[in-house]
Amino acid sequence: MSATNAYDAIIVGGGHNGLINAAYLARAGLRTVVLERRHLVGGAAVTEEIFPGFKYSVASYVVSLLRPEIIRDLQLARHGLEILPLESTVTPLPNGDYLGRWADHDQTRRDLYRHSPKDAEAYDDFATLMYRLAWAVKPLLGIVPPDPLSPGLRDLKTLLMLGRHARGLDEQQFHALFKLGTMSAADYLDEWFESDPLKATMSASGIIGTFLGPRSPGTAYVLLHHYMGEIDGVFRAWGFARGGNGMVSESIASSARSHGAEIRTGATVERVLTANGRATGVVLEDGEELRAKTVVSGIDPKRTFLGLLDPEELPDDLVEAIRRFRIRGSSGKVNLSLSAAPEFSCLPGGGPHLRGAFSISPSMDYLERAYDDAKYGGFSRRPYMDIVIPSMIDPGMAPPGRHVMSIFVQYAAFDIEGGWDDAKREAFGDAVVDTLSEYVPNLKDSILHRQVLTPLDMQEELGLTEGNIFHGELTPQQLFFFRPSPAWADYRTPVRGFYQCGSGTHPGGGVCGASGRLAALEILRDLRRRPRGPRPGHQP
Amino acid sequence: MRAAAGTPANAYDAVVIGAGHNGLIAAAYLARAGLRVVVVERGEAPGGCAATEELWPGYRVDTGAHSLTGIDPSVMNDLGLVEAGPGGAGLEILSPAPCVVSPQPDGGTLILGTDPTRAADRIRPFSARDAARWPDFVAAMSRAIRALGVLYRTRPPRLAGASRGDLWELLRLGVRMGRVGRREALELLRLIPMTIEELLYEWFESEALKGALAADGVRGICQGPLASGTGYMFLHHMVGAGGVVRRRRQVRGGMGGLGGALQRVAVAAGAEVRLGHEVASIRVEDGRATGVVLAGGDEVAAPRVVSSADPGRTLLGLVDPGELAPEFVRALENIKYRGVVAKVHLALGEPPRLRSGGDAAQAAVLAGAAITIAPSIHYIERAYDDAKYGRPSARPVLDAVLTTALDPSLAPEGRHVLSVAAQYAPFQLADGSWADARREALGDAVVGALAEHIPNLEEAILHRHVLTPADLADRFALPEGNIHHGEMTLDQVFFGRPVAGWARFRTPIAGLYLCGAGTHPGGGLNGRPGALAAARILGDGKRRQD
Amino acid sequence: MPAPSVVRGTPFHERTGPLCQAGNWRRWAGHLSASSYEPTHEHEYQAIRSACALIDVSPLHKYRLSGPGAAALANRVVTRDVDRQEIGRVYYTPWCDAAGKVRDDGTLHRLGASDFRLTSAEPTLKWLHENARGLDVEIEEETEQVAALALQGPRSRELLRRITDGDVAGLPYFRVMSARIAGIAAEISRTGYTGDLGYEIWVGAADAIPLWDALTEAGGPFGLAPAGMLALDMARLEAGLLLVDVDFIPAHRAIIEDRKSSPYELGLGWTVSLEASNFVGRAALRAERARPPAWRFRGIVLDWESLEAAYATVGLPPQLPGTTLRDSVPLYAGGRQVGYATSRGWSPTLKTYLGLAHLEAASAAVGTELEIEVTVEHRRRRARATVAKTPFFDPERKRATP
Repeated sequence: MSATNAYDAIIVGGGHNGLINAAYLARAGLRTVVLERRHLVGGAAVTEEIFPGFKYSVASYVVSLLRPEIIRDLQLARHGLEILPLESTVTPLPNGDYLGRWADHDQTRRDLYRHSPKDAEAYDDFATLMYRLAWAVKPLLGIVPPDPLSPGLRDLKTLLMLGRHARGLDEQQFHALFKLGTMSAADYLDEWFESDPLKATMSASGIIGTFLGPRSPGTAYVLLHHYMGEIDGVFRAWGFARGGNGMVSESIASSARSHGAEIRTGATVERVLTANGRATGVVLEDGEELRAKTVVSGIDPKRTFLGLLDPEELPDDLVEAIRRFRIRGSSGKVNLSLSAAPEFSCLPGGGPHLRGAFSISPSMDYLERAYDDAKYGGFSRRPYMDIVIPSMIDPGMAPPGRHVMSIFVQYAAFDIEGGWDDAKREAFGDAVVDTLSEYVPNLKDSILHRQVLTPLDMQEELGLTEGNIFHGELTPQQLFFFRPSPAWADYRTPVRGFYQCGSGTHPGGGVCGASGRLAALEILRDLRRRPRGPRPGHQP
Repeated sequence: MRAAAGTPANAYDAVVIGAGHNGLIAAAYLARAGLRVVVVERGEAPGGCAATEELWPGYRVDTGAHSLTGIDPSVMNDLGLVEAGPGGAGLEILSPAPCVVSPQPDGGTLILGTDPTRAADRIRPFSARDAARWPDFVAAMSRAIRALGVLYRTRPPRLAGASRGDLWELLRLGVRMGRVGRREALELLRLIPMTIEELLYEWFESEALKGALAADGVRGICQGPLASGTGYMFLHHMVGAGGVVRRRRQVRGGMGGLGGALQRVAVAAGAEVRLGHEVASIRVEDGRATGVVLAGGDEVAAPRVVSSADPGRTLLGLVDPGELAPEFVRALENIKYRGVVAKVHLALGEPPRLRSGGDAAQAAVLAGAAITIAPSIHYIERAYDDAKYGRPSARPVLDAVLTTALDPSLAPEGRHVLSVAAQYAPFQLADGSWADARREALGDAVVGALAEHIPNLEEAILHRHVLTPADLADRFALPEGNIHHGEMTLDQVFFGRPVAGWARFRTPIAGLYLCGAGTHPGGGLNGRPGALAAARILGDGKRRQD
Repeated sequence: MPAPSVVRGTPFHERTGPLCQAGNWRRWAGHLSASSYEPTHEHEYQAIRSACALIDVSPLHKYRLSGPGAAALANRVVTRDVDRQEIGRVYYTPWCDAAGKVRDDGTLHRLGASDFRLTSAEPTLKWLHENARGLDVEIEEETEQVAALALQGPRSRELLRRITDGDVAGLPYFRVMSARIAGIAAEISRTGYTGDLGYEIWVGAADAIPLWDALTEAGGPFGLAPAGMLALDMARLEAGLLLVDVDFIPAHRAIIEDRKSSPYELGLGWTVSLEASNFVGRAALRAERARPPAWRFRGIVLDWESLEAAYATVGLPPQLPGTTLRDSVPLYAGGRQVGYATSRGWSPTLKTYLGLAHLEAASAAVGTELEIEVTVEHRRRRARATVAKTPFFDPERKRATP
């Protein structure tokens, strides 16, 4: 065993959570290495130049809820992270009209008013309530889930804190949270609004990444997330990373390296080595062994517990819980290189709207039918799409005059009938392009390249089991202390020294990074190290 | 009947609106506590949805509810419902040992019964693995519903803005839940938001088995088995059935016997029951309920008005909207009802004969097991897909009960009554309304779907009677035909029943209480809303001088 | 379909646009609104107080309630007793949520037995609909359809008489009438936001330009000048009139409970008719009436000598605000913070530094000595201030009918 292969901490998987975890551990002085299977770090948050000159945010495409404390602690701005605002969302409608929500309040109000005067008013009432609720929910994002089965003193403290917090909520907040947690986005929005395109577009945020339709209960909660950024001191939390979403990962990697972490790509971890119930290191696919007393997995719970470890080493109930942990993928991604800027027939010509997002969600029934297509094992013939044109915001993403278009597509079942193959992938891509062409007449003629990712591709290429972008469905029974399993939701595992830090742990989902950070803080706690490093604002 | 106009003010301590089972149960408890109670009912018979009508001479048909599955044993005991003799109400409950016969499209037939070991034998032909897991499944569900049972025997605690008293209430609930076990409580918390598909996926592989069980998860709600909360609905029925999967119970002489028995109990306790009087409005003075006004203009004064009608009818229909805050009115208007159940009653000249399943299946049907048409989760989901877009299911989920199997007195000698609950038949149709033609088309669809498995059905039919959700709404005052007085989706149970913030039987109008299935813990003929509301009213009486 | 413009002009924009030499525009409810027309607003203010001024108030939200249930709806929403409102009478009124907290304020014009116009600062369409349950009433938003001009100042009556067929001279304070102005059908109400003699004129948007032209043509001899929001803000402070989002937060926009105010806490107790019909919030306000409100809304007058002394410490004379300040400033009594001033400014007419303030009831008696925080050369200091009655400026001509 060479000394170079001995570390304090090994992180399996160089996705954003793994990198954040590594950065925090390295910052605290641990000798840390990140092992990434692919040739580049970032996991689902990568920028790749698939076709010369055209940079794709291959999978994840917007910065949504990246925790501001991480941006500060890891000094990501200094390491190259620049978040550009995503200013508007336009929903083109089949009748040639559109519904727009813009950065400016008056403009949004005026646009909503065209569709429904009452909705224009309700929209502000809704925003006021969501703002209050986001504030009520925020503490949950920053705490380690307590163990509800055999709570220790610290768990009891957390539970007490939560109880006190719940009691501090006023009735309006409490009841609205109860409803948001249990209702379908469609039903919840029906209580507020009457305009179908508005409800459909808002509900779309509730179905992203889930295998649920907007009328399925449990989809309302995510409506809140859109308002989360506003209380975090991040003006307009939704944005686009200059250079693509890979820059999020690159900046974290750079920060981690600056603290001394080592990052190895092309290093596939075969399994975690253990001795006497303790992690001792990992062995790579090529047989190379790396040693460390702390091993952290940033990959999803299925791969973490059933792949990296021998299930024999784990308690039966945990293995059972992980086996039944639901992780069905439901989305695909299409990236296009375009020879010209897309022309939306509802808003012809250029304009600020091209710097925003486009949502193909003209009605609630449209989304619901898209779901119906997929739920019996297919993909949507006319899918829901969330579209951005990164080159409009950051011209460096494409050659001058050319553009890249990122299309998030839902739904596509992972276990499609007969299995995914090349023909089905192309048929899926065609469904996307054909549907979008109804709103963008010049689309087909301007396509230079097309990249289509099915849920299977996301599994094979990005390591997302079943293509689930959240490492596990965000249903109530898989959140908080259930994520991924009660008693093991505090980032630890039954194998001492082996930790989890991926999106399959609380709070999970999206490029938020809280899992990576909270796991690091727990690890340092176990090692009795203080998370140190330059304080925010300090320039070394 | 006494002349209402002549009654002195406050002749009663409480007036109960509606003589459905919850109204009568509330009245009985209040009268027993010494209150002067009058129950006012628009119909000519007590019992509400538990109704037995002679649709055709000699045929006594349970036109509304056809199973007494949910009735709470403690309510039954408290009120002496099943006791014979002068003190008791003499209600006789019949329950078949085989519960469900589920014929499959490929010819197999699944039979489930109350005995887990025998049920496992019946499951084995479908999946040996599932058969082996069945006893564990039943045991696990029974554990889970013990915790749910605790929640069902109390009013939902108040968390937000909780007072000292509220915290005390919460603590007591916590202690009771603790007795059930932390692991069980946690498991319940995990199961409640699940889809029934997910819950069953954790246990079973046989589509036949999963379909037959999932039918209970969607009962009465406009959601498919892939929807969150259907796991809860399944558990809700399990609580009612005392831990037996898909248990069925009927009343000898017809379900209408329940209303009669409850009326006897209430009257024996001193309550007065006035049938054939409709309440036109609830009188409110200075934010307090002071009585009710009957359709004829007579008034019944009482400092407490207790309504077993659904929350919308009570508060939006009987109370001047100006008495209520607009936010509260909005919450009431947002209650989802969305009835999806239709009933088809058939008089048969001979017992139905199953195409497949052999003697065992036939014997089960003749012993009173329900014939369930729900051969797979996807079958149910596709039935729901139709309803989602406002169409009745082309291939509906059916639950057919031969009531005469257990109680031959319900039909002339040798004749039978088959009562079918069909889902999904949406109250709100995308195009048009429930006109006669659509009612008959629905009847045809139901009979056709059943006939695929019962070859002699069409020939055996002597009479047919179809109740669409619109008919159920009219006949039994069910809001939008919803059999539970409000969809029992997760947002509309517990803290959210009937509306968030008012889940504890009181209303913003002092002295006006709700006691129907639209309140906690909901529908299914369990009687708990009536009992819990009565406890609430009596508790308030102690604290406040009315 | 082109993207909607972010802001649009009012129906008078064709005239006000070129007049705005200052290029000093602001947004008011999605409309362009002149802060001042001239490079400074002093003349515009003086026009309000000494001659007459024309103020474009078209962005106000306007709703028409009609039908058999119109009066019942109005009664259900506003705190005042609409049953006692004669036809032709205008009520100033707040309206509340169920907890008795003020959502908004505005004017309710009774144009007929079953015909009302409600003006409001905030969009109110949804709230009206939510309260119309069970009522046979038509609710029509006429914000864009109706243009509104405030003609304010001591000479406004004389001017208006010249060009209208209506009996303007006989129109009492807070009354409204229909009349023709230079042939244009209009409603004229004796209302305004200046605390002076004045009128507000309501016409169809298509008649806006002819109305403007008629008034400006006739107005020269009376010293008529267009006035912007800066001048108006000074006048309304002198008149002690509340400004939404400055002096109070609409209850439905308040993030925290503390930001909400009841009518009693805003000094609007006189508008609350607890015996009238069951308006939204009545039960809560009855309960509040039983125990006096914890907060009061009052005027304050800053003590000049004390202010001078505070500035003298750094060798400066008092630095006076040229416009009404809208930031909240702490108020103290006995060394303890007892409230905060929400609007402050210099009154050119009264030569006094004034403010509007929320005060704890114990420190709210007129004449109570307070201290107000003033920032003098980057340092916090305190100056004396006294609780005063509003309106600060209340000329007889405001109400008088000759």
